[in-house]
Amino acid sequence: MVDDLYQEIILDHSKRPRNCHAMQDANRKAEGYNPLCGDKLKLYVKIENDVVTDASFEGSGCAISTASASLMTESLKGKSRDEAMKLLDRFHDLLTTDTPVSKDLGKLVVFCGVRDYPARVKCATLAWHTLKSALTGVVEPVTTE
Amino acid sequence: MSTLSVIPTGFAIARIREDFPVLKQTIHGKPLVYLDSAATAQKPFEVIDAIRKFHEVDCANIHRGVHELSQRSTAAYEEARAKAKKFLNSRSKNELIFVRGTTEGINLVASSWGRKNVKAGDEIVLSAMEHHSNIVPWQMLCEETGAKLRVIPINERGELLLEEYEKLLGPRTRMVAVAHVSNALGTINPVRRIIEMAHQHGALALIDGAQAAPHLKIDVQALDADFYAFSGHKVVGPTGIGILYGKTKLLNAMPPYQGGGDMIRTVTFEKTTYNDLPYKFEAGTPNIAGGIGLGAALDYVTRIGLDKIAAYEHELLVYGTEALLRIPGLRLIGTARDKAAVLSFVIEGIHPHDIGTVLDRQGIAVRTGHHCAQPVMDWFHVPATTRASLAFYNTREEIDALVAGLAKVKEVFS
Repeated sequence: MVDDLYQEIILDHSKRPRNCHAMQDANRKAEGYNPLCGDKLKLYVKIENDVVTDASFEGSGCAISTASASLMTESLKGKSRDEAMKLLDRFHDLLTTDTPVSKDLGKLVVFCGVRDYPARVKCATLAWHTLKSALTGVVEPVTTE
Repeated sequence: MSTLSVIPTGFAIARIREDFPVLKQTIHGKPLVYLDSAATAQKPFEVIDAIRKFHEVDCANIHRGVHELSQRSTAAYEEARAKAKKFLNSRSKNELIFVRGTTEGINLVASSWGRKNVKAGDEIVLSAMEHHSNIVPWQMLCEETGAKLRVIPINERGELLLEEYEKLLGPRTRMVAVAHVSNALGTINPVRRIIEMAHQHGALALIDGAQAAPHLKIDVQALDADFYAFSGHKVVGPTGIGILYGKTKLLNAMPPYQGGGDMIRTVTFEKTTYNDLPYKFEAGTPNIAGGIGLGAALDYVTRIGLDKIAAYEHELLVYGTEALLRIPGLRLIGTARDKAAVLSFVIEGIHPHDIGTVLDRQGIAVRTGHHCAQPVMDWFHVPATTRASLAFYNTREEIDALVAGLAKVKEVFS
């Protein structure tokens, strides 16, 4: 019934989020806020020689936004800043367009079901909006609105 | 949902449901269970037909044509105002202003009355459970004038602390603006007493009646409210129309809210004189169809009887409260002793948005989020809740469906 949305991996990452902690030595930080549901997210990224060497997050949210943050932080490690920004675009396309699924997305394809739940797209993109402001150095908390 | 329970009060629920075409559909293959009436109520045929008839038969602008159609539309629109007078028991229909909804009604008072009467250092008293629409207009007024907001606190049941309210009142209090019924918690506030206390300190009182109008009998004279606002769409009428009641002497002393056609008597480039009440506050062509639809809605609920509606909904509330409290890990947010049929809750470990999505796939419509009442969410330390809000067209079977739906939610996220 809702298996298309809440796939096993998503449920797993929402119950046991990976990289869910603060990071003392992060050199990029950003905050995200989804006014629709009150979800708040703090993102920590460590970039060395233009490569993301670590990423983590803190915050509380719905299953979709928590799983999205968890899987995003996993998939960022080892990516260059440009690759991370490209991944962000691919992820956005996955949720909002009918374009064929890019193989770059890896595990992130589990979010393809969100496309059929327009009210939940913002839950899945909160972490990624926050990533964008972390990578581009925006200081103000970013919102999904 | 083939057998409907016998309702002790003899409420003709099966027949009432026939009046609401929207209820007869399936959503994701399941019968629609609409539990979001505090956001907007569904519309009976009578309202839909009244709006359709206006557009099909009587459509013309009001207050300005000598032709037949204009006279018919004017009569129908003004008749709706007369129905609102009866609904609120106001002294005169001239103290009822058509607005877009409760929000515009409050903005009108904050802007027109507020700018003229509120000065730096004055105080506006609100409650901790207000909807954003009864916070932000006053906050804007405070920013402009240098006045201050004071907030009446609530207890853990979601009831206003009247002894704390008493302490907030003083010589600088100009206005007390409080919801009759809380949209997020369901609390029915003792507004008569609240108004009386405001008056004892020389302050005025505005009541946000958005959630009260569909559920309670309102009598603005008995309440002695200075202003009272409600929205048509919450009381089975259309969106985009509502009523602001204000005492005549207050409205007469207030400057116009917007300028334009219909609100004037004479216009020259040197000087404009304004129309009488209520037209002074109704610039431009109004939502004529909406006004007529609202009139039909008020007729409809009045015919069923607000007393009967309140009694039936109370039975549903008691039934629903007991049913929900049997669910392990569920906490009701808002347990006031005097409460309208709102069931706001959180379930440990499951976010309201996930609850809302899984329920939707079972045909059950609830509201999830902060319900435009972020301060009260903060007070209860929850970012959001799931809210099932009931109306007189809901049934016990629908509450059973909600309970079954929540069992499914727990299954998905266990």
